[in-house]
Amino acid sequence: MLTTLHKQLLNNYQQNFPLSPTPYRDIAEQLGVSEAEVLSAFQALSEQQMISRIGPVIAPNSIGCSALVAMAVPDYDLEWVAEVISAYPEVNHNYERENRFNLWFVLVADQQQQLQAVIADIETKTGYQAMLLPMLADYFINLGFELNLHD
Amino acid sequence: MIEAIDFQLIAAVQAGLPIAARPYAVIADKLALSEQEVIERLRLLKAQGLIKRWGVVVKHRQLGYQANAMIVMNIADDSVAAVGRKISAHNCVNLCYQRPRQGETWPYNLYCMIHGKSREMVMQQWESLRQSCGLVDVAFEVLFSRRCFKQRGALYRQARQSQREAMHG
Repeated sequence: MLTTLHKQLLNNYQQNFPLSPTPYRDIAEQLGVSEAEVLSAFQALSEQQMISRIGPVIAPNSIGCSALVAMAVPDYDLEWVAEVISAYPEVNHNYERENRFNLWFVLVADQQQQLQAVIADIETKTGYQAMLLPMLADYFINLGFELNLHD
Repeated sequence: MIEAIDFQLIAAVQAGLPIAARPYAVIADKLALSEQEVIERLRLLKAQGLIKRWGVVVKHRQLGYQANAMIVMNIADDSVAAVGRKISAHNCVNLCYQRPRQGETWPYNLYCMIHGKSREMVMQQWESLRQSCGLVDVAFEVLFSRRCFKQRGALYRQARQSQREAMHG
């Protein structure tokens, strides 16, 4: 069950998390609770997998390069193909989606060459073609995700 | 210019800031920097835009946002930037990227993401987005996610590499 404090921590600190020596104490002061309460609430949110981390979201393609990749894989092969793909350290998201292109993953590598090599390797290992969809422009200003936690 | 120490710093924080009284001091100790240097460098990386956002990264699925749709559209090249910015201004939208069309196989060039508590809510939001952004005549497909095989923040090898180098002196 989410407490008021949990909700505040989830919604108010997706951006502008304090960059100060004592960020949790600063948050505690802003919310009128103790630092220990803030620390244990973040601990709980982290243990319950409600937050993945407190940290950076790196601008795409600012370090190395990345691309979205799509594949059309018949249902009977999807599970093992997905497993092969997830095993690559270069892969960070890998989702099944409802479409004829049903497997979608994001590749991150230092260089374009390495990205191409991983794609070629995946195609050889799985026997399915990959559609490479690099980002051309990013229109989104990342302000975090506005959670409606009241219903 | 990103300095080597910044890669090490990103490597040290990309899995998450420690939940401890002096978290930046914990990071500083690993990198032989001062706490203040860590804070200053993170501030700078954020101001430069390399760190797009610094804070709590939530897990939508765990928080009741089970429905996640990637919507792909075919927008005329000369208006894709304007449409992209318009779409991004809506609260329900999480990501909005332009990507290359793949001929007739995949004629879409604009991608956005909507997270919602149900399919119905996502479809409602998409419908109102279509109306307000002038997209009623635009070809699109809605791709709801089914299974999540892997999800984690991007781990940059260069950053990992630097971390190893840092650890090995």
